[in-house]
Amino acid sequence: MPSRVEFREDRCKGCLLCTEVCPTGIIQQSNRFNQKGYKVAEVTAEMMTECKGCAFCAMICPDYAINVFKTESAKGGAA
Amino acid sequence: MSTPKRIFVKGNEAICHGALTAGAKCFFGYPITPQNDIPEFMSAAMIEAGGQFVQAESEVAAANMLLGAAGCGIRALTSSSSPGISLKQEAISYMAGSEIPGVIVNVSRGGPGLGDIGPSQGDYFQATKGGGHGDYHLLVLAPGTVQEAYDLTIKAFDLAFKYRNPVMILADAIIGQMKEPLVPWIPQGLDPDEGQDWGLQGAKGRAPRLLKSLFLDDGALAGQNEKLAAKYRAMQVETDQELFLTEDADLIVVAFGSIGRIVKSTIRKLRAQGHKVGLVRPITLFPFPSAVLLDLARQGKRFLTIEHNMGQMVEDVRLAIRTVADSAFHGQLPGNLPTPDDFEQPILKALEG
Amino acid sequence: MNQEIRVTNYPEVLTDRASHYCPGCHHGIAHRLVAEAITELGLVDKTILIGSIGCSVFIYNYLSLDAIESPHGRAPAVATGVKRARPDKIVFSYQGDGDLASIGMAEIMHCANRGENITTIFVNNTVYGMTGGQMAPTTLVGQKTTTCPGGRCRENEGMPIRMTEIIASLGGVAFAERVAVNNIKNIKKAQKAVTKAFECQTKEIGFSFVEVLATCPTNWRMTPIQANKRIETEMIPYFPLGNFKDVLAKEEK
Repeated sequence: MPSRVEFREDRCKGCLLCTEVCPTGIIQQSNRFNQKGYKVAEVTAEMMTECKGCAFCAMICPDYAINVFKTESAKGGAA
Repeated sequence: MSTPKRIFVKGNEAICHGALTAGAKCFFGYPITPQNDIPEFMSAAMIEAGGQFVQAESEVAAANMLLGAAGCGIRALTSSSSPGISLKQEAISYMAGSEIPGVIVNVSRGGPGLGDIGPSQGDYFQATKGGGHGDYHLLVLAPGTVQEAYDLTIKAFDLAFKYRNPVMILADAIIGQMKEPLVPWIPQGLDPDEGQDWGLQGAKGRAPRLLKSLFLDDGALAGQNEKLAAKYRAMQVETDQELFLTEDADLIVVAFGSIGRIVKSTIRKLRAQGHKVGLVRPITLFPFPSAVLLDLARQGKRFLTIEHNMGQMVEDVRLAIRTVADSAFHGQLPGNLPTPDDFEQPILKALEG
Repeated sequence: MNQEIRVTNYPEVLTDRASHYCPGCHHGIAHRLVAEAITELGLVDKTILIGSIGCSVFIYNYLSLDAIESPHGRAPAVATGVKRARPDKIVFSYQGDGDLASIGMAEIMHCANRGENITTIFVNNTVYGMTGGQMAPTTLVGQKTTTCPGGRCRENEGMPIRMTEIIASLGGVAFAERVAVNNIKNIKKAQKAVTKAFECQTKEIGFSFVEVLATCPTNWRMTPIQANKRIETEMIPYFPLGNFKDVLAKEEK
């Protein structure tokens, strides 16, 4: 599992700015609404394998709703 | 730093000496007559005292600088005269709402509008009824002599911090510009930790502090305004006034500030002629010495309020004694320097009833 | 052995609290830039926040700092008072374009000109956001708002004010830069600018100013993505990005 993103769905306002900056284009709008009624962003499990862990999505998220994780090999660099 | 030796100064300078000896560390001003001696004096003296002086871009800015500096829990002040005080009302309202203890000096002049640059008491309503928007009061102190200008400036800082409320010193062009002997004294027991338990300083090792007057949550503003109202009630113990020959008087003249002092001379003269006149000179205009006036009214005395305006404080006098008596009124017009003689006929007329 | 690390590292000074901002509003990004800058420079413990009036009036809910509220436009004067009272602290104001460039024009100009050692973060979204989208001093010509429903017209309302250029021209200013947060490249530049602005303050070399071009999707009547694009297509052409003054860089040369 190289890299992955986590969306705090309770914080996401569905603005989708993250979808615009993802270099691999794996973020999309889900069909789920959160409690506030926003249709939240997601990366499907299938697409997640494409995540590079660049955290661009988190950098543009105005609501700090995204956390990005990366797995480093012992030698350094993405596994 | 002032030393306890008699000096001969203007009221405006006395206010500066008082502020410095009270430990004021920031002054923010803007030129306007007749208070210019204050920023001029402070521009050098505040720096010598290790404090800060800023000539602001406007009275609006000067008052907001005071909001910031006093918000740090330090002793700070601004001064101006009537039209400039109007401009400061925005920040004064915020200080009241955010419970920030700024001291504001009004060396008042004639109005409305640009008015004139002579003495006037036309800002009584503005000073005592809040002045800016919202449901609040300032503590208001009205010196009648140069010595008192010094004393009350020191007291202003003590009260401001005691109640975390803005305090106004309401002087006028007479007090500000008149030279008199002053015996400076140095207040003892200033608390070095004053304001440190709530002032802004950076939230190191503790929860952040927030000074604000915006209360949007359900019931929050109601709670804040109730807290302020309780504070204003508690301030009643600070009521102060000069009583002069009131005990056997048939007629009580109520007059504040410079006019109270001039009326006192008139009363001396009339007493020498056998007229039973006394004086109540409110020193605190808020809180107002209503209880003292009511007590005198209950003794069957009659009242005459004299002001250097068309009738403002007289409303508070009438309110204080409304259940037992009324007050006559004499308004001194602006544009001149009143003398004791000016008040002789009005007092004699009131004595006749 | 492979170990997962967290790439995102939100500064502690950012409170863990949902914001009241509309979807896609750039305020959240600008708040984070400030939080990151003062954290990186180790200034959090000694920073005092001067709030202003507008949507960002609640900024004290999102940054865990000693803070004071200012009347509309007066934040630079309040900041001056705070900094004069506490010269050893880091003081910054956070203001919008209605607040700073209209009602507070006198305060910002003179604060900058005096060279007060404070930092101002100026968020320009060309509209009065909180009051419902009225015309601002930075509203672009042709832009429709609730008080210029036919679009801002040069003959009647004048041209939008370019604040960073004006601020940079004043003697007391150490740093003035205009940035945007509409894409990753610009966000990275913005982060550097905000950090530099606070660095100027630590060095006590004068007033520092960062203008952040920002969206207001709600009052622009756009989707967040459309609004984000407008930064590039309409705002940057009139409000060019870049540094307009950097006394530190000059000294380094």
